[in-house]
Amino acid sequence: MDEEYDVIVLGTGLTECILSGLLSVEGKKVLHMDRNDYYGGDSASLNLTQLYRKFRDGASPPQDLGRDRDYAVDLIPKFIIASGELTRILVHTDVTRYLEFKQIAGSFVYRDGKISKVPSTEMEAVKSPLMGLFEKRRAKKFFEFLQTWKDEDPATHQGIDLDKDTMSTVYEKFGLEPGTQDFIGHAMALYLDDDYKKKPARPTYERIVLYTSSMARYGKSPYIYPLYGLGELPQAFARLSAIYGGTYMLDKPIDEIVTDADGKFVGVRSGNETVKAKQVVGDPSYFGAGKAQEGGKVRVIEEGKVVRAICFLKHPIPGTDDADSAQIIIPQNQVGRRNDIYVALVSSTHNVCAKDVYVAIVSTVVETDRPEQEIQPGLALLGPIHEKFVSVSSLYTPTSTGETDNIFITRSYDATSHFETVVDDVHDVWKRIFGGKELVLKKRDVQVEA
Amino acid sequence: MSKQFQFKLVLLGESAVGKSSLVLRFVKDQFDDYRESTIGAAFLTQTVTLEDQTTVKFEIWDTAGQERYKSLAPMYYRNANCAVVVYDITQSTSLEKAKSWIRELQRQADPNIVIALCGNKLDLSARRQVSQEEAKKYAEEEGLMWGETSAKTGEGVSDIFTSIAKKLPLTAPPSARGGTRPGVPGGRTGVDLNKQANAGQGQGDQCNC
Repeated sequence: MDEEYDVIVLGTGLTECILSGLLSVEGKKVLHMDRNDYYGGDSASLNLTQLYRKFRDGASPPQDLGRDRDYAVDLIPKFIIASGELTRILVHTDVTRYLEFKQIAGSFVYRDGKISKVPSTEMEAVKSPLMGLFEKRRAKKFFEFLQTWKDEDPATHQGIDLDKDTMSTVYEKFGLEPGTQDFIGHAMALYLDDDYKKKPARPTYERIVLYTSSMARYGKSPYIYPLYGLGELPQAFARLSAIYGGTYMLDKPIDEIVTDADGKFVGVRSGNETVKAKQVVGDPSYFGAGKAQEGGKVRVIEEGKVVRAICFLKHPIPGTDDADSAQIIIPQNQVGRRNDIYVALVSSTHNVCAKDVYVAIVSTVVETDRPEQEIQPGLALLGPIHEKFVSVSSLYTPTSTGETDNIFITRSYDATSHFETVVDDVHDVWKRIFGGKELVLKKRDVQVEA
Repeated sequence: MSKQFQFKLVLLGESAVGKSSLVLRFVKDQFDDYRESTIGAAFLTQTVTLEDQTTVKFEIWDTAGQERYKSLAPMYYRNANCAVVVYDITQSTSLEKAKSWIRELQRQADPNIVIALCGNKLDLSARRQVSQEEAKKYAEEEGLMWGETSAKTGEGVSDIFTSIAKKLPLTAPPSARGGTRPGVPGGRTGVDLNKQANAGQGQGDQCNC
């Protein structure tokens, strides 16, 4: 620890590991530390022992769940959207060579008390009970409009200005029913609440295009998932960082962020050792999150909470046609809430649990002081729950950009169902670190092979 | 018809025992006296052809320095078919480290993993601290393969990899093995992110309703 580094990265969550990897590739001398003895931070996948240590006070896992090593239980429920930005980073950094992916078998949406598959083919769409015959025709016109839209060709605009007209106006123009709007806005554009309707339509248009192009890419659902759990993603980027010279230290308590008289970053203290660097990047938990402020400086603030229930099932979710993996979206309107409830299901097909076990995570943004009650509609879809681990996590966001003190803090993992906001955060932090310079992904030179 | 098998091989051992040099000698038949830790090499591959014309392709994972502070990711051991645990014959402490890596492998890795204990820097045998008897005895007790090498002169290097290739179970079809990883055409069952949308599926049915 006597060397001096360009950047110290604290925490091995996905955001920090992507940044660490990209910084090392860029030629920065990186020291990457984590207080835990495992990779992944808040985005880790845990084995049974680690899971029971975290949620059950270290009790030993029951025998009937099978072997400890067969488990990799995600702490946050997210999938990779096939045509999204994370995929692009994975491909550009060549990190894909450490990973294997499988499709998520289906995407479902809750309506009027039951769940239906989000159609992935024309055939499924025709048979789908989600819309009546006339509504299907109206929806077809709407999707044709989106598909043919060309910015430079006003003839394709049908009198709509995506940058001025609100999404509500667009829905009205095509005469779409509220249930269809729920379906489009929540199951396809993946909005968590209805605020988007009052805003210009373009971001919604882009999200629908992302969803449909992702759906078209592999066929069954718009999502893919890494074998052995989401925790493989931070590990893969950590390896990228290490291969480009990054130094890794796990199981290292971080006792103090050392600053000079002007509050600028100097180094990180662990026990009696202080290691120096020009800049520090880290997740909110290393900067006072959840604790009384240290030294009078508030570096992160809470901007909401997410409740998540990790559930072990011994059966697939009823009504999903025995899918080995699925996303189920319960749009907020359907259950009288402001935010959607999500269910994410994976199983032994993805090498994350023992055979015949299914891992479902039910989550939503907390709106009341009884968070567990809020996810009830999601839990009710699962059938008998064998084991349940509930957590409420605060979402933290940094109070400053870091440009004045060289302290760059990432954001907590939000309630969205995919990693697009994580990649946004990576871009944002990168820009802050490099004084406004955008992150440009360079294709990594593939190393020599004999 | 000759058969080809592919296996994931991981290297373990204390820093500076010559893990990367050993691989460099095996893969490229090169040696560099002042070699620093590997930069930019994700993994290297090398093929061994056995007497019956069976070829065994090793996909070799270097620790990339993550072993230095005991921070190797589980991903590293995952699906490894074989491991070469290296010590330096001129440093008796490096054998102790090797033993602790072997315990780690026995705990974390696939129970069927083939492990070879390898004493490197044979060219410096004048300064030997670890006797052949001691290392060999330990390897026998633990059921490991054992050999001594010099990455510098090349002595023993191909022998150790060839004996591993011979010991690996060449029975199951390659696709059934855990060692098949991305970058291996035909070796994966999942989706390939490097490929564009499947032909015939990318167009036309964008609008699903």
